[in-house]
Amino acid sequence: MSSDSFVIAGKTFSSRLIVGTGKYTSTEIMQQAHQASGTELVTVAVRRVNVTDRSKESLLDFIDSAKYALLPNTAGCYTAEDAIRTAHLAREVGLSEWIKLEVIGDERTLFPDNAGLLEATKVLVKEGFVVLPYTNDDPITCRKLEDAGAAAVMPLGAPIGSGLGIQNLNNIQIIREFSGIPVIVDAGVGTASDATIAMELGVDGVLMNTAIAGAEDPVGMADAMRLAVISGRRAHLAGRIARRRYATASSSPDGLVTGP
Amino acid sequence: MHITLNGDPYELSEALTIGRLLASLSIDPRRVAVEHNLAVVKRATYDVAVIQPGDQIEIVNFVGGG
Repeated sequence: MSSDSFVIAGKTFSSRLIVGTGKYTSTEIMQQAHQASGTELVTVAVRRVNVTDRSKESLLDFIDSAKYALLPNTAGCYTAEDAIRTAHLAREVGLSEWIKLEVIGDERTLFPDNAGLLEATKVLVKEGFVVLPYTNDDPITCRKLEDAGAAAVMPLGAPIGSGLGIQNLNNIQIIREFSGIPVIVDAGVGTASDATIAMELGVDGVLMNTAIAGAEDPVGMADAMRLAVISGRRAHLAGRIARRRYATASSSPDGLVTGP
Repeated sequence: MHITLNGDPYELSEALTIGRLLASLSIDPRRVAVEHNLAVVKRATYDVAVIQPGDQIEIVNFVGGG
């Protein structure tokens, strides 16, 4: 398996699972979940420091920089301008030049505004960011993002936090087929089989937050997801059987005691 | 001296540098990014950039997210 490497922008990861840092009930559980997941890349959001209440610890105190690389996101940005501004701030913290680029088009679905996303991608790529855009399952948009210089493309499986699993299997597979850059399914994973299904479609990685953080046992689910991603990848590489409408017997009828 | 800090009115008793402001708030400069009048401030200039009356300062950090 050592030749099956997962490379994004020249950086090699041995885990194909990217995990979020949001929605955990405690930082201790978050740490244990990250550990159990085997991830090497975690996402973070950019928000104002609470200047009046200085008692809260920094999230970064709970992320071991020797084990996990950071992928800041532009969550909550509804325009290219806001996303670009947030990306600039994220980079200036000085811990990552990578950005999970989100330009959101709708509050209820959190679906991407692909026009704004494409515009922001072009600007940020030119400024030297490693851009991983969160988009939907539209192969044409994914192609445009690739042409704009994205380091990977991240089509959603289903709305963020919905747990609905991969809604458009065919499109995700088409995106993987057409893409010259890594494809990472991001958003909508609910349980282990969703992650396995994504990997069986041939995608390069899966990103999830709520599926782990919101599970009854986040650490248990993180471990399940680790196995699910590995399992799906191996199944994909092993080359599955074709789907058939009818049966094909597992043994030939020759030599049947009960035969003619 | 009136400024806007993270969207709210804030009083500075004197003209401070960004670095002094962070220190007064017990904020570790290596954990944040700062915007001064909508321009991102390079950390190397934190002790050079002086805050003026009416300025808009944003101090952000990384929090949990997906």
